Amino acid sequence: MTAPPADPAPGPGSPVAGSGGDDVLFAVDDVSVRFGGLVALDQVSLAVPPRGVHGVIGPNGAGKTTLFNVCCGFVRPDSGTLRWHGAAVRRLRPHQLAGMGIARTLQGVGLFRGLTVAENVMVGADRHRRAGFLSGLLALRRSDRDERALRERALAALGELGAAHHADQLPGSLPYPVQKRVALARALVAEPELLLLDEPASGLGGDEMDELGDLLRGLADRMAVVLVEHHMDLVMSVCDRITVLDFGKVVAEGPPDDVRDDPAVVAAYLGEEAHR
Amino acid sequence: MATPVRPTEKAGSAPRSGREPGRWAGLAARLRPRATFARHALLALVALVVVVLLLELTGPFRNSQFATMSYYAIAAAGLTVLTGLNGQISLGHGALMAVGAYTAGLLLPAGIPLLVVLVIAAGVTAVVGVIVGAAASRLKGPYLAGATLAFAVAVPGLAIHFDEALGGEQGLAVPSPRAPEWFADAVYFLSANETSSAKYLAYVGWTVAIVAFLLLANLAASRIGRIWRAVRDDEVAAELAGIRLSPVRVLAFTVSAACAGLAGGVLGVVVRLAAPTGFTIVLSISLLTAVVLGGLGSLFGAVLGSALLVFLPPAVTNLGASAGLSDVQSAQLAPFVYGAVLILVILLAPGGVVGTVRARWHARTTAPAEAPEERTGRS
Repeated sequence: MTAPPADPAPGPGSPVAGSGGDDVLFAVDDVSVRFGGLVALDQVSLAVPPRGVHGVIGPNGAGKTTLFNVCCGFVRPDSGTLRWHGAAVRRLRPHQLAGMGIARTLQGVGLFRGLTVAENVMVGADRHRRAGFLSGLLALRRSDRDERALRERALAALGELGAAHHADQLPGSLPYPVQKRVALARALVAEPELLLLDEPASGLGGDEMDELGDLLRGLADRMAVVLVEHHMDLVMSVCDRITVLDFGKVVAEGPPDDVRDDPAVVAAYLGEEAHR
Repeated sequence: MATPVRPTEKAGSAPRSGREPGRWAGLAARLRPRATFARHALLALVALVVVVLLLELTGPFRNSQFATMSYYAIAAAGLTVLTGLNGQISLGHGALMAVGAYTAGLLLPAGIPLLVVLVIAAGVTAVVGVIVGAAASRLKGPYLAGATLAFAVAVPGLAIHFDEALGGEQGLAVPSPRAPEWFADAVYFLSANETSSAKYLAYVGWTVAIVAFLLLANLAASRIGRIWRAVRDDEVAAELAGIRLSPVRVLAFTVSAACAGLAGGVLGVVVRLAAPTGFTIVLSISLLTAVVLGGLGSLFGAVLGSALLVFLPPAVTNLGASAGLSDVQSAQLAPFVYGAVLILVILLAPGGVVGTVRARWHARTTAPAEAPEERTGRS
């Protein structure tokens, strides 16, 4: 995918409050997904600027993960389009994401069990490889050089997340929060423009959550971050904008303070409680 | 040739890893060549010396057993790469060996040199592997086992159907090449031994095996091996890292098939026959058990497994005979012991021989958790 950088696409006025703006890196336009009779996403739009943190929240089953799966090509939308740098993306396949500059972490950790921490991250850096099959088969110098370069990248990414000293251990032997950081390093080492994080805080304690918040703020200066998350404190303190989904629809969109007081959001979250 | 395929002792992990290894590990790291090729070539050289010693110190009977072991080892190495590194199971490797053996049987009478024939056998089987692998890449687990099983059953049938060209049930006689004079001279110079035909074939088999192992070890240590393992461990995460699953799987199957073809070529020459009865499903299953016994994903494990395959049954039969059992009884003892060993390994050491030893070693060397001194390096 060689999209021209930031061709400011006007974008058809999205139903959600003024997000069709001029500075959009990645956009989801009117996407609907149906699984049989169930409408998982109903005309959902999302506009992500090149920098900053965008949160996607909503009660369980609201369609957050489905939205992510559409963004990654795991689920093909029934209608609507995705745009990357202003150009429509058709027939997106998951393996193309890395080459485009989109990285995603998975719910849980999704690390390769049989690979060391460094190797896990090196797989993430594979888009920077140079050596091919033959140089690997014959163990040419080219292959060794390439491996060293990939390993250095991996160690740098791990170092940034404070996990470099675990480089030669297997992920299964590490505490869960460290595993999550390794998974994040694997996504970051590809140097993405857009980072999709699926519940990055799940399983983390309070201190670790604060560290994650600081980290995400730091990343937001370099790339666009979209996160799906349940921990409200984290979302409210870290995100620049928030999209709230409920039953597959966008019920609110805007800065955290606006979203917090939005009656539709209160209804989505608290309404269920109140009905009981 | 002892070339563990595992990540921990892998290329480039020694320099500047930022942690202080133990005393012995440090010494080993200093003595170890940095270039992957130099390291593997050194191991290949050691393996060659071991092979020469074994073949020169044993008689013709053992030599022929070693010749048999060489083709099992080549095929098992290919299978351990496929199953252990890439997570694809194959019950069709016996049939792939048949492709190699028949190729050798058809080409050798035409006067083509042995080494060229073996390379062609590997190439032809690799092409078959691309086709089977492309189908296999869409299947998983039991379905993949079933499909490759069907392939294993079908291929010997082809030999019977095209009996004019392939010799039907009788099979195809494979002319066994003679040892060239320089070779006999070299052996005589080395050990004052005569060169038997079995010895020459064992040398051919093991030379081919060492080259094949060298190439496989290179691949496993490269990013190709890492990507194979990544796809094995988590498809979704691998895809998100930009890996296309199908081509990666087909490549693993093709490499594995090329090994099976090479092994089949060696088998044809050693057995002097390529016949349907030599490539039944039993062969495929034996290869798989060899790989599991030795330790999935380990090339050295493939050698151990094929050694068990060749040396265990006759040893057990002898043991039974000397314990006073009748011939029939002691012959029945071998499969029993083989099965029992397999069950015991799966129960007690599911990582196979190499996997278990390595896990112990890894636990010992990394048990004291390193001090998290790098935690501060955060931006």
